Amino acid sequence: MSMKFDSKTPGGPLEDKWSKHIFDIKLVNPANKRKFDIIVVGTGLAGASAAATLAELGYNIKAFCFQDSPRRAHSIAAQGGINAAKNYQNDGDSVYRLFYDTIKGGDYRSREANVYRLAEVSENIIDQCVAQGVPFAREYGGLLANRSFGGAQVSRTFYARGQTGQQLLLGAYSALSRQVANGKVQMFPRTEMLDLVVVDGHARGIIARNLITGKIVSYSAHAVVLATGGYGNVFYLSTNAMASNTTAIWRAHKKGALFANPCFTQIHPTCIPVSGDHQSKLTLMSESLRNDGRVWVPKTKGDNRIPADIPEDERDYFLERRYPSFGNLVPRDVASRNAKLVCDEGRGVGATGLAVYLDFEDAIKRIGRDTIESKYGNLFDMYKQITGENPYEKPMRIYPAVHYTMGGLWVDYNLMTSIPGCYALGEANFSDHGANRLGASALMQGLADGYFVIPYAIGDYLATRSYDMVPTDHPEFLKAEHSKNT
Amino acid sequence: MDFTLKIWRQKDAQSQGQFKTYQLTGIGADNSFMEMLDELNEHLIKNNEDPVHFDHDCREGICGTCSLYINGRPHGPQKAITTCQLHMRSFKDKDTITIEPWRAQTFPVIRDLVVDRSAFDRIIQSGGYISVNTGGVPDANETPITTSKANNAMDAASCIGCGACVAVCKNASAMLFVAAKISHLAQLPQGKVEAESRAESMVAQMDKEGFGLCTNTGACSVECPKEISLTHIARLNRQYYKAKQASDYIPDKEEIHEG
Repeated sequence: MSMKFDSKTPGGPLEDKWSKHIFDIKLVNPANKRKFDIIVVGTGLAGASAAATLAELGYNIKAFCFQDSPRRAHSIAAQGGINAAKNYQNDGDSVYRLFYDTIKGGDYRSREANVYRLAEVSENIIDQCVAQGVPFAREYGGLLANRSFGGAQVSRTFYARGQTGQQLLLGAYSALSRQVANGKVQMFPRTEMLDLVVVDGHARGIIARNLITGKIVSYSAHAVVLATGGYGNVFYLSTNAMASNTTAIWRAHKKGALFANPCFTQIHPTCIPVSGDHQSKLTLMSESLRNDGRVWVPKTKGDNRIPADIPEDERDYFLERRYPSFGNLVPRDVASRNAKLVCDEGRGVGATGLAVYLDFEDAIKRIGRDTIESKYGNLFDMYKQITGENPYEKPMRIYPAVHYTMGGLWVDYNLMTSIPGCYALGEANFSDHGANRLGASALMQGLADGYFVIPYAIGDYLATRSYDMVPTDHPEFLKAEHSKNT
Repeated sequence: MDFTLKIWRQKDAQSQGQFKTYQLTGIGADNSFMEMLDELNEHLIKNNEDPVHFDHDCREGICGTCSLYINGRPHGPQKAITTCQLHMRSFKDKDTITIEPWRAQTFPVIRDLVVDRSAFDRIIQSGGYISVNTGGVPDANETPITTSKANNAMDAASCIGCGACVAVCKNASAMLFVAAKISHLAQLPQGKVEAESRAESMVAQMDKEGFGLCTNTGACSVECPKEISLTHIARLNRQYYKAKQASDYIPDKEEIHEG
């Protein structure tokens, strides 16, 4: 099967592409937006922000999530932060540097034009979230605080304690709730997408199951936006939520949406190690911990003394040793690979030997326990809850785990998949993170796609479409419904 | 470890429910409470019995999906955690564990341990937001916010909407949930603009949903997995009072100070 791939990336210099594109793409006038229905599947950062913003513009939105409330999508579990090229810290950050770091961190496998746009709109995201009331961390002077994250030598990560994903999602959820109240978004919680309906080559609706009644229902629209997350749960254990089951993008793929880079899976370095054989999922510790924690293993194989009994000169701070300029803040893939390497050498710690230490002793001495507690208190509590050990007194044990998928549905510059009228946003698409995503960039991409890209991009498609709705008794709907009922 | 489980089984909101007893053996102390229920369900499915329905998703204590009344307490015997963060090492071998759904008229049982908390969504829809559209907002550093205000707002905003506060309250009051959102937004300059109308409309929706009145017993705060403080209820009351007395309210010290 041959297929024409056109990313529709605009010409001209990198830094002008997006502003030129915004001017060039077709507009749907405000009165006509009311004549278009858009289905948004998923209510995480990408889905909720897209549904809210498209509704604000005047489109009629049907939003779907399998959770009992849109506020519970798995974006909520992101801990560390969100990147933006604000250069508030005056440390040499810029749109170009964020673009460059993202491209380089992704091993030059992402689409440059998309990434540059991502870096450009990153600044608007922070403004938007603050306007919504997201309680980001502040300095004493009242201005926004930043921290640094893996893969970056500047401090550009905004955060709300260790609950940044939660706060950003609740911001998007509040905007979504406002549009539900305005009657512009019809919300379908506890409803799972079962299939994409394609009519005459265009995405025209979905088949979904009401998870309470079990009833299978067809929903028709002029376009379908998939913001359904990644496919991390195809692995036996991952850090994803239990019900994030990957099926929506899989169904779209089966209907002809091409899939790009499925092998690009992020193995996150700071996860709580596996214990026992009935474990249902893995729990991540934010990599922001690597700002203050030092990663080490004993220098000698099979050294099973307790960490406090291992003298300084018998410890191998392997990240600091191998990567002196980044130290413990090397990109995620490098940290993960090195942790696996030292464990493979037989120098892993803990009962299984599949763990390395993340030690806060020096940081506590340097800036005090209180500061550490205010920065990471909830993460330390979570660690203690799961392992029964106190990380203020004993180093944490961490090990890499499947966390995020950079691959996903192929999309063009407008975030449209290879099925016309079907869009993929956030982790569900493939375009922005190449072979490896930088820390604190998932939240950035989800919100960039939802708040600032799809609202413009979708108009370019809809402006060429008729207002006619495909009735849900159309043979394509019936066929799809029938296949789910048998 | 071995356990005797007494679990509430109920077909739907209309049917009469009842406790059913199950014996479970060989559970690891490091298993989470949810993983223990997974094991029970695997046995039930193997024996062609209906598995126990319960809500769960992130299993990291942040999404607010899980619920469960365990031995008479929401989210179980430990403080400041959700059910999914509870591990079997918190129980003794051979313990009998009683598991019930959230109990409140406003949270009708859907099946077994699953309840309908959509009333919370409707309360947020009634005004739990700042009315800004995407785009056209000022630069994020334009409005400085003191660390104490940002911290207090964050304390309130950390509510996960699980509903433990309602479930434990003898009046099934939703005041802590509503107060958390109102207090979060009222403390930020961005949220101040609508603070009073927000308090009025959210309280009206809360009443309309049928949640009970608050009698300040404080059980909500004690059982809250995120330890949301009762002071937020005081702030809600103040906002609500201000809204109701809008014509002749007395400005508080802080506002006089701010000019």
